[in-house]
Amino acid sequence: MPVLEVENICKTFEDTDVLKSISLSLEKGQVLSIIGSSGSGKTTLLRCLNFLERPDAGVIRVNGETLFDAEAAGKTAGFPFSRRFGAQREADVRRRRLHFGLVFQSFNLFPQYTALENVMLARKLLAAGQPDYKARKKEILGQIREQAEELLDQMGLSNRMGNYPHQLSGGQCQRVAIARALALQPDILCFDEPTSALDPELTGEVLKVIRELADQNTTMIIVTHEMAFARDVANRVVFMDDGMVVEQGDPGEVFGNPREERTKQFLMRYSGA
Amino acid sequence: MKLILEQMPVVIGALNTGFIQTLKLFFVTLLGAFPLGLLIAFGSMSRFKPLSLVTKLVVWVVRGTPLMIQLLIIYYFPGLVLNNPVWGGGEAGRFLAASVAFIINYACYFSEIYRGGIQGVPVGQEEAGLVLGMTRGQIFRKVKLLQMIKRIVPPMSNEIITLVKDTALARIIALQEIIFAGQSFLKGSHGISGAIWPLFFTAFYYLVFNGVLTLLLGRLEKKLDYFR
Ligand SMILES: Nc1ncnc2c1ncn2[C@@H]1O[C@H](COP(=O)(O)OP(=O)(O)OP(=O)(O)O)[C@@H](O)[C@H]1O
Ligand SMILES: [Mg+2]
Repeated sequence: MPVLEVENICKTFEDTDVLKSISLSLEKGQVLSIIGSSGSGKTTLLRCLNFLERPDAGVIRVNGETLFDAEAAGKTAGFPFSRRFGAQREADVRRRRLHFGLVFQSFNLFPQYTALENVMLARKLLAAGQPDYKARKKEILGQIREQAEELLDQMGLSNRMGNYPHQLSGGQCQRVAIARALALQPDILCFDEPTSALDPELTGEVLKVIRELADQNTTMIIVTHEMAFARDVANRVVFMDDGMVVEQGDPGEVFGNPREERTKQFLMRYSGA
Repeated sequence: MKLILEQMPVVIGALNTGFIQTLKLFFVTLLGAFPLGLLIAFGSMSRFKPLSLVTKLVVWVVRGTPLMIQLLIIYYFPGLVLNNPVWGGGEAGRFLAASVAFIINYACYFSEIYRGGIQGVPVGQEEAGLVLGMTRGQIFRKVKLLQMIKRIVPPMSNEIITLVKDTALARIIALQEIIFAGQSFLKGSHGISGAIWPLFFTAFYYLVFNGVLTLLLGRLEKKLDYFR
């Protein structure tokens, strides 16, 4: 069974159809790269998966559980977008959201917290809601800290844990952001052009840690304009154009021998540039 | 010179009394305008169009007209036009009217500062929090609030220092704040007349008060300097 199944996701902003019935599936431990020209809807798709945008139609399933269904009526209708809900529903909304992680192009680190605190914050807030939190506070916080330190260490930032975001380079910020997303152990980690905001000499360090995650069989969806990286790291590539999946398949096939005319043209523009 | 030394205790006594009135007006204005300004800010950002339009109009009028005129209108309008002197007589009534005028005026200025602070936090902060499974309340308290405060403090400091000086305007409705006290010696009070030097003394009070405030607010700003 695939970890992720996306069926017929549609999204319209005002009058423009940004996503026109997108369907995807992803197996556990696999990496999916999404490529496509500017405005083709890649960011919107990731935002839908992370419940930052509400699809107008479609279904999102993770591990067989329906997390979102535009047609659903009754109690689960607004999920997970409802703004007002009781504690029980709130817990459920969070639980659904946490299947996914998202790394933003612009990092969006919390500036008032150190690298370590950025990684720990969400876990701490989650833990505080547990029934046994009061009794085991010290122990739980200790575990959270240990996990955060391990993650930052893995990102090559063991000597940067106490630094605030403004004291870090773009590449370091993005690696903190990756650690922050990993701390919640999402089933599927999404990246939206993780290196586009970086100086060229800093992209390498970020791509390297993503590659290491791929080697550890982290399930990921990576939107990127780094074609060589997409080809190299992905198990599968999706080419999007004008809100549709035009072509998908094995990276060797899509990059080496594209079937569709539009894919050819897109790749030509990239290799030409 | 001998005359000045003889007059000194009387003048200082009067200035101190006036200064206390100034302080009272200052703190009452802040106490009222801080929360009212926040309400007005929420009103102007409301998705309910009529509410946001009306609040924006009020803010525009209040910020676009002199505080001195607002003071006069608020003090005299109920009594003269509505034949209903709500403020009551005497110093207490004048203080009440002045407080209301100052609170409304400053709340409108503060509301714009709050709005800038609230809208100045990038949406990415909220989105990052949501993706990390935080509730909207947690995002507000743990992520956005401090960033808003950091954006609000510098322009708020400027307004607060302006407020100190603006309290002098309350003199227009004869509130016996410090300017009133200083000025009164020009015309003769406590047997002292035609003396201009108490006015310099008055300026000195303002200077000291503002100096202390600048120092305190500067410290607060510095405290928030650890992040960007
Ligand atoms: N909130 C919004 N309101 C209106 N239109 C939007 C909104 N967000 C995105 N769009 C439009 O949807 C289309 C797809 O945008 P999207 O950001 O998903 O593209 P993208 O593939 O990520 O492009 P890029 O490679 O430049 O990041 C664009 O035409 C954009 O203008
Ligand atoms: Mg994009």
